[in-house]
Amino acid sequence: MGKENIGLTLKVWRQKNEADKGHFETYKLSEVSTHASFLEMIDVLNEQLIVEGKDPVAFDHDCREGICGMCSMYINGRAHGPQSATTTCQLHMRHFNDGETITIEPWRAAPFPVIKDLTVDRSAFDQIMAAGGYVSVNTGNAPDGNAMPIPKEDADEAFNAAACIGCGACVAACKNASAMLFVSAKVSQYALLPQGQPERKERVLKMVAKMDELGFGNCTNTGACEAECPKGISITNIARLNREFLSASLTPGH
Amino acid sequence: MNNLTTLLKSSIGRKLMMALTGLFLVLFLLIHLIGNLQLLIPDGGEAFNIYAHTMGNNPLIQIVSKLNFLFIILHVIYSIWLSRLNKAARPIGYAGKPAQATSTLSSRNMGILGTLILAFLLVHLKGFWYEFKTGADIMMVTYGTETIPDVFPVVATAYSNVWYAAFYVIMMGVVGFHLYHGFQSAFQTLGLGYNKYKKLIQTAGTLFAILVPALFALIPIVMYIQNA
Repeated sequence: MGKENIGLTLKVWRQKNEADKGHFETYKLSEVSTHASFLEMIDVLNEQLIVEGKDPVAFDHDCREGICGMCSMYINGRAHGPQSATTTCQLHMRHFNDGETITIEPWRAAPFPVIKDLTVDRSAFDQIMAAGGYVSVNTGNAPDGNAMPIPKEDADEAFNAAACIGCGACVAACKNASAMLFVSAKVSQYALLPQGQPERKERVLKMVAKMDELGFGNCTNTGACEAECPKGISITNIARLNREFLSASLTPGH
Repeated sequence: MNNLTTLLKSSIGRKLMMALTGLFLVLFLLIHLIGNLQLLIPDGGEAFNIYAHTMGNNPLIQIVSKLNFLFIILHVIYSIWLSRLNKAARPIGYAGKPAQATSTLSSRNMGILGTLILAFLLVHLKGFWYEFKTGADIMMVTYGTETIPDVFPVVATAYSNVWYAAFYVIMMGVVGFHLYHGFQSAFQTLGLGYNKYKKLIQTAGTLFAILVPALFALIPIVMYIQNA
Protein backbone atom coordinates (compact mmCIF):
# COMPACT_ATOMS: atom_id res chain seq x y z
CA MET A 1 0.00 0.00 0.00
CA GLY A 2 1.18 3.48 -0.89
CA LYS A 3 0.64 6.67 1.06
CA GLU A 4 -2.89 7.63 2.11
CA ASN A 5 -2.26 11.28 1.26
CA ILE A 6 -0.01 12.79 -1.41
CA GLY A 7 1.21 16.27 -2.29
CA LEU A 8 0.85 17.48 -5.90
CA THR A 9 1.84 20.35 -8.18
CA LEU A 10 -0.87 21.11 -10.74
CA LYS A 11 -0.28 22.92 -14.03
CA VAL A 12 -3.80 23.88 -15.04
CA TRP A 13 -4.93 25.60 -18.26
CA ARG A 14 -6.77 28.83 -17.40
CA GLN A 15 -8.71 30.68 -20.07
CA LYS A 16 -11.37 33.31 -19.26
CA ASN A 17 -13.46 32.77 -22.40
CA GLU A 18 -13.28 31.64 -26.03
CA ALA A 19 -11.55 34.88 -27.12
CA ASP A 20 -8.93 34.81 -24.33
CA LYS A 21 -5.50 33.47 -25.27
CA GLY A 22 -5.21 31.35 -22.13
CA HIS A 23 -2.19 30.27 -20.09
CA PHE A 24 -1.01 27.67 -17.58
CA GLU A 25 -1.32 28.44 -13.90
CA THR A 26 0.59 26.42 -11.27
CA TYR A 27 -1.07 25.35 -8.01
CA LYS A 28 0.21 23.34 -5.04
CA LEU A 29 -2.01 20.85 -3.24
CA SER A 30 -0.96 19.05 -0.08
CA GLU A 31 -2.74 16.12 1.57
CA VAL A 32 -4.69 14.83 -1.43
CA SER A 33 -6.37 11.52 -0.52
CA THR A 34 -5.29 8.68 -2.81
CA HIS A 35 -8.89 7.41 -2.57
CA ALA A 36 -10.20 10.61 -4.19
CA SER A 37 -11.20 10.64 -7.84
CA PHE A 38 -9.45 13.11 -10.14
CA LEU A 39 -12.54 15.36 -10.16
CA GLU A 40 -12.72 15.28 -6.34
CA MET A 41 -9.09 16.41 -6.33
CA ILE A 42 -10.08 19.36 -8.57
CA ASP A 43 -12.97 20.05 -6.16
CA VAL A 44 -10.40 20.30 -3.34
CA LEU A 45 -8.34 22.69 -5.46
CA ASN A 46 -11.41 24.83 -6.15
CA GLU A 47 -12.33 24.97 -2.43
CA GLN A 48 -8.81 26.21 -1.80
CA LEU A 49 -9.08 28.81 -4.61
CA ILE A 50 -12.45 30.07 -3.29
CA VAL A 51 -10.99 30.49 0.23
CA GLU A 52 -8.13 32.46 -1.32
CA GLY A 53 -10.67 34.64 -3.13
CA LYS A 54 -9.62 33.39 -6.58
CA ASP A 55 -11.70 32.21 -9.53
CA PRO A 56 -12.22 28.41 -9.32
CA VAL A 57 -11.24 26.23 -12.27
CA ALA A 58 -14.21 25.63 -14.60
CA PHE A 59 -14.56 21.98 -15.66
CA ASP A 60 -17.33 19.81 -17.05
CA HIS A 61 -18.79 16.96 -15.03
CA ASP A 62 -22.22 15.43 -14.56
CA CYS A 63 -22.73 11.79 -13.54
CA ARG A 64 -19.33 11.09 -11.98
CA GLU A 65 -19.89 7.42 -12.67
CA GLY A 66 -18.22 7.10 -16.07
CA ILE A 67 -21.20 7.25 -18.41
CA CYS A 68 -22.02 10.89 -19.18
CA GLY A 69 -18.85 11.69 -21.12
CA MET A 70 -18.57 15.24 -19.80
CA CYS A 71 -15.24 15.17 -17.93
CA SER A 72 -13.04 16.21 -20.85
CA MET A 73 -9.57 16.62 -19.35
CA TYR A 74 -6.23 16.01 -21.04
CA ILE A 75 -4.00 14.82 -18.19
CA ASN A 76 -0.23 14.48 -18.58
CA GLY A 77 -0.54 14.15 -22.36
CA ARG A 78 -3.32 11.56 -22.26
CA ALA A 79 -7.07 11.95 -22.76
CA HIS A 80 -8.70 11.20 -19.36
CA GLY A 81 -5.25 10.53 -17.87
CA PRO A 82 -2.86 7.60 -17.74
CA GLN A 83 -5.39 4.77 -17.14
CA SER A 84 -6.86 3.19 -20.26
CA ALA A 85 -10.63 2.66 -20.63
CA THR A 86 -11.31 5.26 -17.91
CA THR A 87 -13.10 8.59 -17.78
CA THR A 88 -11.60 11.37 -15.63
CA CYS A 89 -14.19 10.86 -12.87
CA GLN A 90 -13.24 7.17 -12.63
CA LEU A 91 -9.52 7.96 -12.47
CA HIS A 92 -8.26 7.82 -8.90
CA MET A 93 -5.38 9.68 -7.27
CA ARG A 94 -3.72 6.38 -6.26
CA HIS A 95 -2.39 6.27 -9.85
CA PHE A 96 -0.25 9.34 -9.13
CA ASN A 97 2.90 9.67 -7.06
CA ASP A 98 3.66 11.93 -4.10
CA GLY A 99 5.27 15.16 -5.33
CA GLU A 100 4.23 14.60 -8.95
CA THR A 101 3.50 17.49 -11.33
CA ILE A 102 0.26 16.98 -13.27
CA THR A 103 -0.47 18.93 -16.45
CA ILE A 104 -4.20 19.42 -17.08
CA GLU A 105 -5.45 20.79 -20.40
CA PRO A 106 -8.79 21.00 -22.22
CA TRP A 107 -9.50 18.96 -25.39
CA ARG A 108 -7.66 20.63 -28.27
CA ALA A 109 -9.55 20.66 -31.57
CA ALA A 110 -10.80 23.49 -33.77
CA PRO A 111 -14.42 22.17 -33.69
CA PHE A 112 -14.26 21.98 -29.83
CA PRO A 113 -13.69 25.63 -28.81
CA VAL A 114 -12.76 26.27 -25.18
CA ILE A 115 -15.63 27.94 -23.31
CA LYS A 116 -13.69 28.48 -20.10
CA ASP A 117 -10.61 26.85 -18.53
CA LEU A 118 -11.10 23.08 -19.02
CA THR A 119 -14.63 23.28 -20.41
CA VAL A 120 -14.99 22.84 -24.17
CA ASP A 121 -18.03 23.12 -26.42
CA ARG A 122 -18.67 19.63 -27.81
CA SER A 123 -21.93 20.52 -29.54
CA ALA A 124 -20.20 19.70 -32.85
CA PHE A 125 -20.98 16.06 -31.96
CA ASP A 126 -24.66 16.96 -31.53
CA GLN A 127 -24.62 18.56 -34.99
CA ILE A 128 -23.20 15.35 -36.48
CA MET A 129 -25.94 13.33 -34.74
CA ALA A 130 -28.64 15.75 -35.95
CA ALA A 131 -27.35 15.29 -39.50
CA GLY A 132 -28.22 11.59 -39.57
CA GLY A 133 -27.74 9.78 -36.27
CA TYR A 134 -31.36 8.73 -35.84
CA VAL A 135 -33.90 6.14 -37.00
CA SER A 136 -37.47 6.67 -38.21
CA VAL A 137 -40.09 5.38 -35.81
CA ASN A 138 -43.69 5.04 -36.89
CA THR A 139 -46.44 6.26 -34.61
CA GLY A 140 -48.85 3.76 -33.07
CA ASN A 141 -48.24 0.90 -30.70
CA ALA A 142 -44.69 -0.17 -29.88
CA PRO A 143 -43.85 -3.32 -31.89
CA ASP A 144 -43.05 -6.54 -30.02
CA GLY A 145 -39.33 -6.50 -29.24
CA ASN A 146 -38.98 -10.18 -30.07
CA ALA A 147 -40.83 -9.99 -33.38
CA MET A 148 -37.68 -8.97 -35.25
CA PRO A 149 -34.97 -11.67 -35.23
CA ILE A 150 -31.42 -10.24 -35.08
CA PRO A 151 -28.28 -12.44 -35.17
CA LYS A 152 -26.51 -12.49 -31.79
CA GLU A 153 -23.17 -11.39 -33.33
CA ASP A 154 -24.80 -8.34 -34.96
CA ALA A 155 -26.64 -7.41 -31.77
CA ASP A 156 -23.40 -7.67 -29.75
CA GLU A 157 -21.40 -5.66 -32.29
CA ALA A 158 -24.11 -2.97 -32.44
CA PHE A 159 -24.22 -2.84 -28.65
CA ASN A 160 -20.42 -2.46 -28.44
CA ALA A 161 -20.60 0.47 -30.85
CA ALA A 162 -23.56 1.98 -28.98
CA ALA A 163 -21.46 2.03 -25.79
CA CYS A 164 -19.92 5.29 -27.14
CA ILE A 165 -20.71 8.12 -24.71
CA GLY A 166 -19.66 10.92 -27.08
CA CYS A 167 -16.98 12.21 -24.72
CA GLY A 168 -14.63 13.32 -27.49
CA ALA A 169 -11.53 11.56 -26.14
CA CYS A 170 -11.00 10.07 -29.62
CA VAL A 171 -10.82 13.56 -31.14
CA ALA A 172 -8.62 14.82 -28.30
CA ALA A 173 -6.17 11.92 -28.55
CA CYS A 174 -5.98 11.82 -32.36
CA LYS A 175 -2.96 13.63 -33.76
CA ASN A 176 -5.24 14.87 -36.55
CA ALA A 177 -8.21 15.76 -34.29
CA SER A 178 -10.32 13.36 -36.35
CA ALA A 179 -13.83 12.40 -35.22
CA MET A 180 -13.86 9.11 -37.15
CA LEU A 181 -14.12 6.82 -34.12
CA PHE A 182 -17.18 8.69 -32.80
CA VAL A 183 -18.89 8.85 -36.21
CA SER A 184 -18.02 5.23 -36.96
CA ALA A 185 -19.54 4.05 -33.67
CA LYS A 186 -22.76 5.95 -34.33
CA VAL A 187 -23.00 4.80 -37.97
CA SER A 188 -22.21 1.20 -36.95
CA GLN A 189 -24.82 0.91 -34.21
CA TYR A 190 -27.55 1.63 -36.78
CA ALA A 191 -26.00 -0.06 -39.84
CA LEU A 192 -25.82 -3.38 -37.99
CA LEU A 193 -29.50 -3.45 -37.00
CA PRO A 194 -32.66 -3.80 -39.12
CA GLN A 195 -34.11 -0.60 -37.61
CA GLY A 196 -31.27 1.40 -39.14
CA GLN A 197 -31.70 0.18 -42.72
CA PRO A 198 -34.14 2.75 -44.25
CA GLU A 199 -31.71 5.68 -43.76
CA ARG A 200 -28.53 3.59 -43.97
CA LYS A 201 -26.93 5.18 -47.05
CA GLU A 202 -28.27 8.68 -46.51
CA ARG A 203 -27.13 8.61 -42.88
CA VAL A 204 -23.48 7.82 -43.54
CA LEU A 205 -23.21 10.37 -46.35
CA LYS A 206 -24.76 13.13 -44.23
CA MET A 207 -22.85 12.39 -41.02
CA VAL A 208 -19.48 12.29 -42.79
CA ALA A 209 -20.32 15.47 -44.72
CA LYS A 210 -21.20 17.22 -41.43
CA MET A 211 -18.04 15.91 -39.75
CA ASP A 212 -15.92 17.32 -42.60
CA GLU A 213 -17.83 20.62 -42.66
CA LEU A 214 -17.22 21.15 -38.93
CA GLY A 215 -13.47 20.97 -39.48
CA PHE A 216 -12.48 17.69 -37.83
CA GLY A 217 -9.23 16.24 -39.19
CA ASN A 218 -8.68 13.31 -41.52
CA CYS A 219 -8.11 9.87 -40.02
CA THR A 220 -4.66 8.39 -40.62
CA ASN A 221 -5.37 5.09 -38.85
CA THR A 222 -2.87 5.58 -36.01
CA GLY A 223 -5.22 3.84 -33.56
CA ALA A 224 -4.66 6.41 -30.77
CA CYS A 225 -8.46 6.88 -30.50
CA GLU A 226 -9.06 3.21 -29.79
CA ALA A 227 -6.32 3.23 -27.13
CA GLU A 228 -7.89 6.25 -25.35
CA CYS A 229 -11.59 5.43 -25.69
CA PRO A 230 -13.08 5.01 -22.18
CA LYS A 231 -15.63 2.58 -23.61
CA GLY A 232 -13.19 0.48 -25.65
CA ILE A 233 -14.75 1.26 -29.05
CA SER A 234 -12.69 -0.60 -31.68
CA ILE A 235 -11.30 0.93 -34.89
CA THR A 236 -12.98 -1.99 -36.66
CA ASN A 237 -15.90 0.45 -36.62
CA ILE A 238 -13.81 2.93 -38.66
CA ALA A 239 -13.24 0.22 -41.28
CA ARG A 240 -17.03 -0.30 -41.31
CA LEU A 241 -17.63 3.45 -41.65
CA ASN A 242 -15.21 3.58 -44.62
CA ARG A 243 -17.01 0.61 -46.16
CA GLU A 244 -20.46 2.11 -45.57
CA PHE A 245 -19.39 5.49 -46.96
CA LEU A 246 -17.69 4.04 -50.06
CA SER A 247 -20.65 1.80 -50.82
CA ALA A 248 -23.17 4.63 -50.31
CA SER A 249 -21.08 6.95 -52.50
CA LEU A 250 -20.84 4.45 -55.31
CA THR A 251 -24.60 3.73 -55.32
CA PRO A 252 -26.29 5.89 -57.98
CA GLY A 253 -28.16 8.80 -56.36
CA HIS A 254 -31.84 9.61 -56.82
CA MET B 1 -26.69 14.93 -55.31
CA ASN B 2 -23.85 13.36 -57.23
CA ASN B 3 -22.45 10.84 -54.79
CA LEU B 4 -19.17 10.31 -56.64
CA THR B 5 -18.30 14.02 -56.40
CA THR B 6 -19.27 13.87 -52.72
CA LEU B 7 -16.88 10.96 -52.28
CA LEU B 8 -13.93 12.69 -53.93
CA LYS B 9 -14.48 15.86 -51.91
CA SER B 10 -14.84 14.06 -48.58
CA SER B 11 -12.22 13.23 -45.98
CA ILE B 12 -12.72 9.52 -46.67
CA GLY B 13 -12.32 10.19 -50.42
CA ARG B 14 -8.99 11.91 -49.80
CA LYS B 15 -7.92 8.95 -47.70
CA LEU B 16 -9.07 6.59 -50.46
CA MET B 17 -6.77 8.39 -52.90
CA MET B 18 -3.86 7.90 -50.48
CA ALA B 19 -4.72 4.21 -50.07
CA LEU B 20 -5.18 3.40 -53.77
CA THR B 21 -2.06 5.26 -54.95
CA GLY B 22 -0.16 3.79 -52.01
CA LEU B 23 -1.21 0.23 -52.81
CA PHE B 24 -0.21 0.73 -56.45
CA LEU B 25 3.23 1.84 -55.25
CA VAL B 26 3.39 -1.22 -52.97
CA LEU B 27 2.78 -3.42 -56.02
CA PHE B 28 5.34 -1.44 -58.00
CA LEU B 29 7.95 -1.97 -55.27
CA LEU B 30 7.47 -5.72 -55.52
CA ILE B 31 7.91 -5.78 -59.34
CA HIS B 32 10.86 -3.38 -59.05
CA LEU B 33 12.48 -5.69 -56.50
CA ILE B 34 12.09 -8.80 -58.68
CA GLY B 35 13.82 -6.91 -61.54
CA ASN B 36 16.60 -5.53 -59.35
CA LEU B 37 17.47 -8.85 -57.76
CA GLN B 38 18.87 -9.82 -61.18
CA LEU B 39 21.77 -7.49 -60.36
CA LEU B 40 22.96 -10.21 -57.99
CA ILE B 41 23.14 -12.93 -60.69
CA PRO B 42 26.89 -13.44 -61.34
CA ASP B 43 26.75 -13.10 -65.14
CA GLY B 44 28.52 -9.77 -65.62
CA GLY B 45 25.20 -7.95 -65.76
CA GLU B 46 23.65 -9.83 -68.69
CA ALA B 47 20.32 -10.66 -67.03
CA PHE B 48 19.96 -7.12 -65.66
CA ASN B 49 20.84 -5.49 -68.99
CA ILE B 50 18.30 -7.62 -70.87
CA TYR B 51 15.69 -6.90 -68.19
CA ALA B 52 16.34 -3.13 -68.32
CA HIS B 53 16.22 -3.13 -72.12
CA THR B 54 12.99 -5.17 -72.23
CA MET B 55 11.27 -2.93 -69.68
CA GLY B 56 12.42 0.22 -71.49
CA ASN B 57 10.94 -0.95 -74.79
CA ASN B 58 7.71 -2.59 -73.72
CA PRO B 59 4.81 -0.22 -74.52
CA LEU B 60 2.66 -1.60 -71.68
CA ILE B 61 5.46 -1.14 -69.15
CA GLN B 62 5.98 2.40 -70.47
CA ILE B 63 2.31 3.24 -69.82
CA VAL B 64 2.48 1.71 -66.33
CA SER B 65 5.68 3.67 -65.69
CA LYS B 66 3.93 6.95 -66.59
CA LEU B 67 1.03 5.97 -64.31
CA ASN B 68 3.55 5.26 -61.59
CA PHE B 69 4.92 8.80 -61.79
CA LEU B 70 1.37 10.15 -61.78
CA PHE B 71 0.48 8.13 -58.69
CA ILE B 72 3.63 9.21 -56.85
CA ILE B 73 2.74 12.85 -57.57
CA LEU B 74 -0.90 12.30 -56.49
CA HIS B 75 0.24 10.53 -53.30
CA VAL B 76 2.46 13.52 -52.48
CA ILE B 77 -0.16 16.17 -53.34
CA TYR B 78 -2.86 14.43 -51.30
CA SER B 79 -0.54 13.97 -48.34
CA ILE B 80 0.27 17.70 -48.32
CA TRP B 81 -3.43 18.53 -48.60
CA LEU B 82 -4.33 16.14 -45.76
CA SER B 83 -1.51 17.39 -43.53
CA ARG B 84 -2.61 20.99 -43.95
CA LEU B 85 -6.23 20.15 -43.10
CA ASN B 86 -5.13 18.08 -40.11
CA LYS B 87 -2.96 20.89 -38.81
CA ALA B 88 -5.90 23.28 -39.13
CA ALA B 89 -8.06 20.87 -37.11
CA ARG B 90 -5.82 21.44 -34.06
CA PRO B 91 -4.51 25.04 -34.11
CA ILE B 92 -3.31 24.86 -30.48
CA GLY B 93 -1.31 21.81 -29.50
CA TYR B 94 -0.88 20.08 -26.15
CA ALA B 95 1.84 20.91 -23.62
CA GLY B 96 1.64 17.60 -21.76
CA LYS B 97 3.74 14.75 -23.08
CA PRO B 98 2.49 11.20 -22.57
CA ALA B 99 4.70 8.82 -20.59
CA GLN B 100 3.99 6.11 -23.12
CA ALA B 101 2.72 6.41 -26.67
CA THR B 102 -0.67 5.04 -27.69
CA SER B 103 0.19 4.69 -31.39
CA THR B 104 3.15 3.38 -33.39
CA LEU B 105 6.16 5.56 -34.21
CA SER B 106 5.58 4.88 -37.93
CA SER B 107 1.95 5.99 -37.86
CA ARG B 108 2.81 9.29 -36.19
CA ASN B 109 5.65 10.13 -38.58
CA MET B 110 4.33 9.20 -42.02
CA GLY B 111 4.85 12.77 -43.29
CA ILE B 112 8.51 12.91 -42.27
CA LEU B 113 9.15 9.37 -43.56
CA GLY B 114 7.39 10.23 -46.84
CA THR B 115 9.40 13.43 -47.30
CA LEU B 116 12.65 11.50 -46.79
CA ILE B 117 11.49 8.90 -49.33
CA LEU B 118 10.64 11.66 -51.84
CA ALA B 119 14.13 13.15 -51.43
CA PHE B 120 15.62 9.68 -51.88
CA LEU B 121 13.47 9.14 -54.97
CA LEU B 122 14.85 12.29 -56.62
CA VAL B 123 18.44 11.18 -55.96
CA HIS B 124 17.56 7.67 -57.12
CA LEU B 125 15.91 8.82 -60.36
CA LYS B 126 18.77 11.17 -61.15
CA GLY B 127 21.39 8.50 -60.44
CA PHE B 128 19.88 5.60 -62.37
CA TRP B 129 16.71 6.28 -64.35
CA TYR B 130 18.01 9.54 -65.83
CA GLU B 131 21.51 8.08 -66.38
CA PHE B 132 20.12 5.01 -68.15
CA LYS B 133 18.10 7.22 -70.49
CA THR B 134 20.65 9.90 -71.23
CA GLY B 135 24.05 8.72 -69.96
CA ALA B 136 26.72 9.68 -72.52
CA ASP B 137 29.25 7.02 -71.52
CA ILE B 138 26.91 4.02 -71.69
CA MET B 139 28.51 1.38 -73.93
CA MET B 140 26.68 -1.13 -76.07
CA VAL B 141 26.95 -4.85 -75.40
CA THR B 142 26.02 -7.80 -77.62
CA TYR B 143 24.28 -10.89 -76.30
CA GLY B 144 23.80 -13.47 -79.09
CA THR B 145 22.33 -11.49 -81.96
CA GLU B 146 21.08 -8.50 -79.99
CA THR B 147 23.08 -5.40 -79.15
CA ILE B 148 21.71 -3.44 -76.19
CA PRO B 149 22.96 -0.68 -73.82
CA ASP B 150 25.25 -1.93 -71.03
CA VAL B 151 23.67 -0.21 -68.01
CA PHE B 152 25.03 -2.64 -65.42
CA PRO B 153 28.34 -0.71 -64.92
CA VAL B 154 26.35 2.44 -63.98
CA VAL B 155 24.91 0.56 -60.99
CA ALA B 156 28.17 -1.22 -60.15
CA THR B 157 30.12 2.06 -60.17
CA ALA B 158 27.51 3.86 -58.06
CA TYR B 159 27.52 1.14 -55.39
CA SER B 160 31.31 0.94 -55.29
CA ASN B 161 31.08 4.24 -53.37
CA VAL B 162 30.58 3.33 -49.72
CA TRP B 163 28.58 6.48 -48.91
CA TYR B 164 26.25 6.00 -51.85
CA ALA B 165 25.68 2.35 -50.92
CA ALA B 166 25.15 3.27 -47.25
CA PHE B 167 22.66 5.97 -48.25
CA TYR B 168 20.62 3.36 -50.10
CA VAL B 169 20.70 0.93 -47.20
CA ILE B 170 19.59 3.58 -44.68
CA MET B 171 16.82 4.85 -46.94
CA MET B 172 15.47 1.32 -47.27
CA GLY B 173 14.99 1.39 -43.49
CA VAL B 174 12.92 4.56 -43.91
CA VAL B 175 10.87 2.85 -46.65
CA GLY B 176 10.32 -0.07 -44.26
CA PHE B 177 8.89 2.15 -41.52
CA HIS B 178 6.66 3.94 -44.06
CA LEU B 179 5.38 0.60 -45.37
CA TYR B 180 4.83 -0.77 -41.86
CA HIS B 181 2.03 1.73 -41.26
CA GLY B 182 1.06 2.43 -44.89
CA PHE B 183 0.32 -1.15 -45.86
CA GLN B 184 -2.21 -1.86 -43.11
CA SER B 185 -3.56 1.68 -43.14
CA ALA B 186 -4.51 1.32 -46.83
CA PHE B 187 -6.59 -1.79 -46.13
CA GLN B 188 -8.27 -0.07 -43.17
CA THR B 189 -9.18 2.92 -45.38
CA LEU B 190 -10.61 0.60 -48.03
CA GLY B 191 -12.87 -0.73 -45.29
CA LEU B 192 -11.28 -4.18 -45.20
CA GLY B 193 -10.15 -4.01 -41.57
CA TYR B 194 -12.65 -6.64 -40.48
CA ASN B 195 -11.87 -8.31 -37.17
CA LYS B 196 -11.21 -11.64 -38.88
CA TYR B 197 -8.78 -10.13 -41.43
CA LYS B 198 -7.01 -7.71 -39.07
CA LYS B 199 -4.36 -10.20 -38.00
CA LEU B 200 -3.72 -11.35 -41.58
CA ILE B 201 -3.35 -7.78 -42.89
CA GLN B 202 -1.07 -6.86 -40.00
CA THR B 203 1.16 -9.91 -40.46
CA ALA B 204 1.33 -9.51 -44.24
CA GLY B 205 2.09 -5.79 -43.85
CA THR B 206 4.83 -6.37 -41.29
CA LEU B 207 6.44 -9.11 -43.39
CA PHE B 208 6.27 -6.91 -46.51
CA ALA B 209 7.72 -3.92 -44.64
CA ILE B 210 10.67 -6.01 -43.44
CA LEU B 211 11.40 -8.33 -46.39
CA VAL B 212 11.04 -5.98 -49.36
CA PRO B 213 13.31 -3.17 -48.03
CA ALA B 214 15.77 -5.77 -46.67
CA LEU B 215 16.13 -7.44 -50.09
CA PHE B 216 16.47 -4.02 -51.75
CA ALA B 217 19.17 -3.10 -49.23
CA LEU B 218 20.97 -6.38 -49.89
CA ILE B 219 21.77 -5.30 -53.47
CA PRO B 220 24.07 -2.31 -52.68
CA ILE B 221 25.67 -4.29 -49.81
CA VAL B 222 26.53 -7.30 -51.99
CA MET B 223 27.63 -5.15 -54.94
CA TYR B 224 29.85 -3.02 -52.71
CA ILE B 225 31.53 -6.13 -51.28
CA GLN B 226 31.98 -7.58 -54.79
CA ASN B 227 33.70 -4.38 -55.93
CA ALA B 228 35.84 -3.94 -52.85
